[in-house]
Amino acid sequence: MTESGTASPDGARRHARAMAGTRVEAMPTVPAGATALLPPGVPVEDMLWEETIAGGGYAAKELHRGARLRLTDLHGDACVSMLVFNAERPFERLNIADTVKVQWNAYLGPGSLLLSDMGRVLLSVLEDGAATHDTFCGASNAASNAQRYGSGDNHGPHPNARDRFLLATAKFGLGRRDIHPCVNWFKGTRIAEDGSIALQHGPFAPGREITLRADMNVIVVLANCPHRLDPRPGFCVSAVRASAWRGPPASADDPVRNATPEGQRAFLNVDEYFRR
Amino acid sequence: MTPSESAAHTAAPPALHGAIALDQVIAARAPWDHVVRRGQTLRIIDLEGNQAVDFLMYKLGDDAERYSAQDTMAAQGNIFLRAGTVLLSNEGNPMARVVGTAIPRHDTIGGACSCESNTLRYGFHTKSQHACVENFLIGAGHHGMGKRDIVSNINWFMNVPVEADGTLGIVDGISAPGLYVDLHAQMDLVAVISNCPQINNPCNGFNPTPVRVVIAG
Repeated sequence: MTESGTASPDGARRHARAMAGTRVEAMPTVPAGATALLPPGVPVEDMLWEETIAGGGYAAKELHRGARLRLTDLHGDACVSMLVFNAERPFERLNIADTVKVQWNAYLGPGSLLLSDMGRVLLSVLEDGAATHDTFCGASNAASNAQRYGSGDNHGPHPNARDRFLLATAKFGLGRRDIHPCVNWFKGTRIAEDGSIALQHGPFAPGREITLRADMNVIVVLANCPHRLDPRPGFCVSAVRASAWRGPPASADDPVRNATPEGQRAFLNVDEYFRR
Repeated sequence: MTPSESAAHTAAPPALHGAIALDQVIAARAPWDHVVRRGQTLRIIDLEGNQAVDFLMYKLGDDAERYSAQDTMAAQGNIFLRAGTVLLSNEGNPMARVVGTAIPRHDTIGGACSCESNTLRYGFHTKSQHACVENFLIGAGHHGMGKRDIVSNINWFMNVPVEADGTLGIVDGISAPGLYVDLHAQMDLVAVISNCPQINNPCNGFNPTPVRVVIAG
């Protein structure tokens, strides 16, 4: 065998360092302000995060009150399962049942709030260019992917959203009992009168975007795996880009804040939480 | 109401198989928790009619595995719990099966009332009222669990329709005195109940009442 170049620490170091600067689709932009895709009107120094998450991939980010989070379904086939925690006390977290019950509607769209189990707003939907989202079906797990694709192992070709959640939350010191019912962005469900669930799986036009606002200091966890009910052959999911930047918290006259009496009280509860 | 539905509403619950291990009335507004062993049947009887029974269950010995409303709905492609529904865990394992029930459907999207969500739904004057999450915290607390262990639950005997535009709500019940649901445990379980104390919506007919639980087998 010829000299590999990595037989010595010096050679191995040169080999490792030569990789820097490689570009792949699924990677973070560091620093985030170096992005070539600065959202209109956002100063470079306010960029907090930009990362493209592969189909099957995951990411998590702490975002402070007022921050905007934009998710872009780059190729029209993303399925972004999301967990949300109060970053200061992660035992407060997204409560999907309260989210749909308090707002008297199960279909998320512009102006929808994601509510915590403490009667507060974690995130609100400012813009929704997709209109196909799901609050019912939750995340795939190893068993459901094994049933569907023949394997569901995290290290295999068909990673499942629950394992991705486990890894992402572990990096914030959280674990199995912190993984709660999630929301799925970009894949829609519609409920018939008999209760049956119909999936709007696409693929959709590339580039659909949703823009969320953090209304508390949150940890947002994203797992981009095929929807549980996706009937298509193959492991159908494509990359999503997450972009976040600093922004102002909801003002007193914010239209999302004031859209409903239930939402107004949820924002009042947020105000009380931050009254320190 | 069709004749068959009418018959279901008047039929007495079928006899349970096996020895009766527990037969207990849960008082109005009260929490309850108990171990249910694999192979046993847990029967819940709506004694006075239209009493929501909020329900969670955990795998005995590894309670980070617990009931998952989303897994259960996705696996059956339907949001309603009916006779034949297999109740799945967050890791995709069957926890219990609905082997019989005298009402057409039960809910698992409406969640549990809490002091905090009550302030959103009804106003800040309701903060001090009894609520299901308080009961869940007490019941799960008996088994060493806490707030992180409260997840989306089942509401036996509760009626939550979803309309074409996604509008949903807890509406007048479809249960009646003496109607029941039977669960057959597929693993050893910790079952936790909140006999719902809600008085601000129709889930209990605005009047919380006792229910009866029987464990057999």
